[in-house]
Amino acid sequence: MSDPDLVWAGPPGRVLPVVTAPAAVLSTIGQEVDPTDPDIVRLAADLVATMRVSPGCVGLAAPQVGVGAQVFCVDVTGHPKAATTHGTFVLCNAKIIEATRWRPGREGCMSVPDLTGDVKRAARVVVEAVLPGTGEQATVATDAFEARALQHEVDHCGGKLFLDRVAGAHAVYQRKVYL
Amino acid sequence: MHELAITVIGPDRTGIVADVAEALAGVGANLTDSTMTRLRGHFAMTLICNGPTAEQVEAALGPVATGGLLATVRRVEPEAANGASGEPYLVSVHGADRLGIVAAVTRVVAGAGGNITDLTTRLTGPLYLLVAEVDLPCDAADELAQRLAVAAAELGVDVTLRRAESEIL
Repeated sequence: MSDPDLVWAGPPGRVLPVVTAPAAVLSTIGQEVDPTDPDIVRLAADLVATMRVSPGCVGLAAPQVGVGAQVFCVDVTGHPKAATTHGTFVLCNAKIIEATRWRPGREGCMSVPDLTGDVKRAARVVVEAVLPGTGEQATVATDAFEARALQHEVDHCGGKLFLDRVAGAHAVYQRKVYL
Repeated sequence: MHELAITVIGPDRTGIVADVAEALAGVGANLTDSTMTRLRGHFAMTLICNGPTAEQVEAALGPVATGGLLATVRRVEPEAANGASGEPYLVSVHGADRLGIVAAVTRVVAGAGGNITDLTTRLTGPLYLLVAEVDLPCDAADELAQRLAVAAAELGVDVTLRRAESEIL
């Protein structure tokens, strides 16, 4: 179910190239942003546009398009592992304030195109953030795959990749299927 | 009863595991711990077996070890009873590939008294990844994390040290 206040309704954006590891920007903690800054609204639009043209992409963070900022978009609508869904949304300066029910799961990343890994993530999270454009406070409570996507994107904004959280030496896999 | 360490490596093809396992079973070699995986097109098997002599196993593997497949067999002592000790940690390292990442990181781990119990590396394009499972002495983690951060900065890679979680149900 989508929350009308949360759902992205900004301008159309440009499709940007996605940077891949070992790019330094992916290992750098993103800057907090002013969500009302027109450049940040444009960045939000570009992230959504880039996510939408990327097959299988359910989330994209600013560092993945080369910008060291705490902005990301998510859309897990229709994903078979999703339970609660909030449609397409963009969050700035997001913080995870509650994380419970930890579960292992396999995940990949457009910035690490050749590997996947088993990562333990919370299956229930509450995230506080501000919305691009209005600057309104938003609290997103979600679960299952959307919760995993949020944690993955918050990690990007903190300069972390899923490779920093894999569950063991045999929890990394050569990717076999490319969408 | 002999305990044997066996390695088999060669160009990957269908049936390597079946051929080797069949040859071992044929001479009564009981396969205990093993790891078998494909590494950049080579299939690598590391096995501990017990039962026959090294000579009997070598003879059994002879007909299998063709087409570039190389097998080695040697007798080893059974594992000491005291086994692993320490606290389990995970080290992840990723960054641009360069010479000496594994050497530098594992030397720092060894310097902290850390015993590596499992380690995987992957090179995909320009990205090098190392994930190691390490048993650490009590209270060694904080200092090791600092030393790893220094080594990682010198290598230009990212490193994470975290406690390995295991739930026993």
